[in-house]
Amino acid sequence: MSELRNQVMWNRLISIVEEQALALVRTAFSTSVREAGDLSAGVYDPEGRMIAQAVTGTPGHVNTMAAAVANFIEDIGPHRIYEGDSYITNDPWKGTGHLHDFTVVNPVFRNGTLVAFFACTAHVVDVGGRGYGPDATEVYEEGLFVPIMKFAERGVVNEDLLNIVRHNVREAGQVVGDLYSLSGCNDTGIRRLHAMLDEFDLEGVAELAAFIFDRTATATRERLRSLPAGTYTNKMRVDGYNDSVDLMVTLTVDTDGAHADFTGTSATCAHGVNVPLTYAHAYFSYAMLVALAPEMPSNHASLAVFTVSAPEGCILNAKHPEPVAVRHVIGHFVTDLCLGAIADTLPDVVPAEGAGALWNFQVSARATDPTSGLPPREILMFNSGGTGARPTLDGLNATAFPSGVRTMPAEATEQAGPIVVWRKELRPDSGGPGRMRGGLGQVIELGPTEGYEFAFSCMFDRVQNPARGRHGGGNGERGRVYLDDGTPFNAKGKQMVPEGRTLILELPGGGGFGDPEERDPEDVIRDHKQGYVS
Amino acid sequence: MAGGTMRIGADVGGTFTDVVLETDAGMFSTKVLTTYNAPERGILDGVATVVAEAGADLADLSTFIHGTTLATNALIARTGARTALVTTAGFRDTIEMRTESRFEQYDLNLVLPTPLIERKDRHVLAERISVDGQVLRPFDEAEARALVDHLADRPDDEAYEAVAIGFIHAYVDGTHERRFRDLLLERLPGVAVSISSEVSPQMREFERFNTVCANAYVQPLMASYLRELDEQLQASGARCPVYLIHSGGGLMSVDSAARFPVRLIESGPAGGAIFAADIAARHGLDAVLSYDMGGTTAKICLIEDHTPSTAKTFEVARTHRFTKGSGMPISIPVIEMIEIGAGGGSVAGVDVLGQIRVGPLSAGSEPGPASYGLGGIRPTVTDADLVLGRLSADTFGAPGIDLSDEAARAALSSDVAEVLDLDTNEAAAGVAEVVDENMANAARVHAVENGKDVAKYTMIAFGGGAPLHAGRLCDKLDVEELLVPPGASVGSAIGFLRAPFAYEALRSQHESADAFNAEAVNRLLSDMADEATSFVTGALATSDDAGDPPVLETERWAFMRYAGQGWEIPVRLDGGPFDHLGGELLANRFEKAYEEFFGRAIAGLAIEAIGWSVRVATRRPTVERVARLEAIREVAIQRTRAIHDAGTDTVVEAAVVERDALSPGDRVAGPAVIVEPQTTTWVSSNRQMVVQADGCLLIIRSDAEGPGR
Repeated sequence: MSELRNQVMWNRLISIVEEQALALVRTAFSTSVREAGDLSAGVYDPEGRMIAQAVTGTPGHVNTMAAAVANFIEDIGPHRIYEGDSYITNDPWKGTGHLHDFTVVNPVFRNGTLVAFFACTAHVVDVGGRGYGPDATEVYEEGLFVPIMKFAERGVVNEDLLNIVRHNVREAGQVVGDLYSLSGCNDTGIRRLHAMLDEFDLEGVAELAAFIFDRTATATRERLRSLPAGTYTNKMRVDGYNDSVDLMVTLTVDTDGAHADFTGTSATCAHGVNVPLTYAHAYFSYAMLVALAPEMPSNHASLAVFTVSAPEGCILNAKHPEPVAVRHVIGHFVTDLCLGAIADTLPDVVPAEGAGALWNFQVSARATDPTSGLPPREILMFNSGGTGARPTLDGLNATAFPSGVRTMPAEATEQAGPIVVWRKELRPDSGGPGRMRGGLGQVIELGPTEGYEFAFSCMFDRVQNPARGRHGGGNGERGRVYLDDGTPFNAKGKQMVPEGRTLILELPGGGGFGDPEERDPEDVIRDHKQGYVS
Repeated sequence: MAGGTMRIGADVGGTFTDVVLETDAGMFSTKVLTTYNAPERGILDGVATVVAEAGADLADLSTFIHGTTLATNALIARTGARTALVTTAGFRDTIEMRTESRFEQYDLNLVLPTPLIERKDRHVLAERISVDGQVLRPFDEAEARALVDHLADRPDDEAYEAVAIGFIHAYVDGTHERRFRDLLLERLPGVAVSISSEVSPQMREFERFNTVCANAYVQPLMASYLRELDEQLQASGARCPVYLIHSGGGLMSVDSAARFPVRLIESGPAGGAIFAADIAARHGLDAVLSYDMGGTTAKICLIEDHTPSTAKTFEVARTHRFTKGSGMPISIPVIEMIEIGAGGGSVAGVDVLGQIRVGPLSAGSEPGPASYGLGGIRPTVTDADLVLGRLSADTFGAPGIDLSDEAARAALSSDVAEVLDLDTNEAAAGVAEVVDENMANAARVHAVENGKDVAKYTMIAFGGGAPLHAGRLCDKLDVEELLVPPGASVGSAIGFLRAPFAYEALRSQHESADAFNAEAVNRLLSDMADEATSFVTGALATSDDAGDPPVLETERWAFMRYAGQGWEIPVRLDGGPFDHLGGELLANRFEKAYEEFFGRAIAGLAIEAIGWSVRVATRRPTVERVARLEAIREVAIQRTRAIHDAGTDTVVEAAVVERDALSPGDRVAGPAVIVEPQTTTWVSSNRQMVVQADGCLLIIRSDAEGPGR
């Protein structure tokens, strides 16, 4: 029955990392983790290969974190790994793509032998520098950079590191609290792993890891066969910071795996929309898994099937010290870019393009009268446009894809700071027409409360370049950003919302799928009746 | 009233309606099939059966307590009233946009749940209250009247039967909601109107709006059902008050239930938790894991100090494999439990990774497990139990069902064994192991969400399937003690009879510990206590229980966090009002509670309370303590059968013992099965069973120091 035993233990491992993730959500301070679910947690073998990962994660973390632990082993040095240690970094290139994400890794020892690692990632409230936004021209301006180092050694926390963090970030208490939460949730995982090894009378996870990797590799390759061997290409234009960005992929598929090369993609930008390759890799792997093998668990073996390359100087292969703070804006489009390459081959699977990048914004609320005593506040909000229409279904209205995050309730946002959300509603007519209609975007109207003004950091895309329809479907509507007096806003960068004004965000819709003439007349009637289409 | 009290609990479930009659002479119970089109008929049939069995007269009935899935079913099947939502301008689509996320990360063809009220039936009104209760945009009478006309002037076949009103920040101030309700009722007096500041005065607009919509949606249906049931009961000769069990595990009057039917959702499982809590009190168990397994789902609940844990929100009508996020959120006080698709009818198969999967699809009662021979061909947990010898055709209690071992083997063989190249017994063992592992994992995650470690708990198992699987679950969770109470198969209905009159008021109001407004908090808590007390005394007024008026107990809680966190932990408050040191006191309590949950408090951070709860309940009667009973005698084994023991993965010759024949102090060493109508208890090789004074089966490890500790 070793087969069944291994299956049971595999499921147990997944439940252990879910517990680990849950412990993080419950204790985290950053809104992106606790409200939006922007986190990841996983367990690794002693070589740093990911065995299991919590299904709560968002793709940008999931796959980048899969690669991160090997970097930790190398930089810490195997001879300096002790029981009770905890390691940390926010290195965008060795972690998950920008300084706001801290990754923490704890080793697991059993009877004196290293048997596993637990790792987790969370987006913290602030890392100092200019604050969250795309305006920096070097990563140095984007905040404090913590290279891979020990957060704790043999159970003793590195107070010097905490002291440096405290003196370099806004909201120091919350950031330090989050670092403790990260390390603490790994400890939860370690306790549960020991209990499992006790129950099954095992010394380590090597044999189980081999079983999991073997099963996953075989099954993933099998699923990959639904895509004929060959070369596939696609090109997509998105807005970028000032100048539009061309994204290009050449996808090579053979029996062993799929490789994405991003040659032909625009060069890096002077501002923080650049993407470390590890992050682009994550959203490519996600595209392949979601299209070909949706039931496959994410682990070392399923991800090893998907590889990437990009030329030096390409926006999807940003290098230190290029700025990367809002790498998600371009990074999120990698999934639609790669799905587009196989859309003609898998016409029953691949949806039309969607709004793609989340419409996140960061508000620095400041008193209009500095002598008023009203305290400064930071507010972060996540919002989504429409997804692309699917071959047999309309797109999803105002729903994140490929990101896996949630929005925050307006009532909770208003409690977090001096903001009024006047409107957060679907945006009729924004979904691309088609046999299947693109998902609708949304309209958000917001402004400062009395006595405040906003430094409002925009990081919005698809304002110039719409989500394209597929197989005859129309494009989704572009996004728009403007003040209620008509003053247009740039889609990227920090701008002022004065007291008494309202800022209006119209989020883009998803592309349509198939000829609009073929749309079921009943769906056309329903769209009008419900006001999705005017 | 002749000869003391006589009470009935009736639980209308998805498959069966359970009716329990309790008199001074003992307890009588029956299970009848749920009659979907007129649930009161099944109830009355069941009532007639137990009353006849007890030789009693319905006229002597003192109390009738009822729980039903009717409201839940109406939400799942969308059979409620034609309902409109009126909301603040700018928020027409809140219930449709939900959390803007996908509950399944890897499904390109994901379908999000359809909003309860369609977009065309959602109407907006210009008005706006701020987070601290200021009027940002005044209520426009003229616009409101025009909207009322618009809602009223509809063709008959499109006329609204119910209207939900949900405005932004109405939990802070419900004036605008009440004003619109008044205008609406002037014009449409017959329409059922629900307002969010009464139904669910909690922050977070998606949850609150959805809750008020759900209440309005089921209200006409539930009100008429409750009236009908009441009338028919009286017509059959009953002359007693009828109470409903609510999702928080207390009793409410028919009038309250008709106004707030959303509080009836999940009332059956709540009864189960009350049942387990009562057993816990009798046995003096401070930490209990309640485990209820039926045909479709398993429910697990933590019970500490004889009180089930509670929550402020839960999800109903999950559309996708019981996945979190695929249902609709309901924000009301509820006994907190985790429910997963793991029951006797859960279907087993093999996925693309060659892994055995069980559930959440259930064969239900139609077509049922393969072994029922009612047309089911896919293997289920019940089929695996049969093949493993845990169930037997001889002792299976369901009337009219002749279990077929062959059919079970055929199904397991084709859907599992052949796919994985196992023999049928191995496949059955695998299916049982996977479903047990699923339940154990769910229990673990649920415990961690509550900051608990279940290893020190005692499990109480009930519902038809639980006694069979509880032993293995204990092994997996490292739980030492298991109790299977008498009446386990109708546990929820028995629980109804143990429920107090209770009501919990919930409010959102932000207070920071370092700028604490004692006066405002005292006023809030006192208003909430008044609200809860009036519900309870209202219900008590109709009660004809003789004797002294019952003592009311009040419990008060704050929901607190470090400023910046998003999840609050409950902090219990003392009875007295706060004084100028209130903030400090609260902060201290919070830090203690936080350490209990997460290991260590964080120094130097601001602390805040964002929600408050006041629960008023009749004092639980002092229960008779059941002392632990040591084994007095060994039960002579008359019969045995071969049963697969998962712990050792071997087939063992297990004793077969009739539960009816057992007396307190009797000991049976595992491996054994204790059989009774409607359920079977499995005692594995590494455990022993000792019958307790109240008839509970206590199952502990064989190497335990006897049950005397």
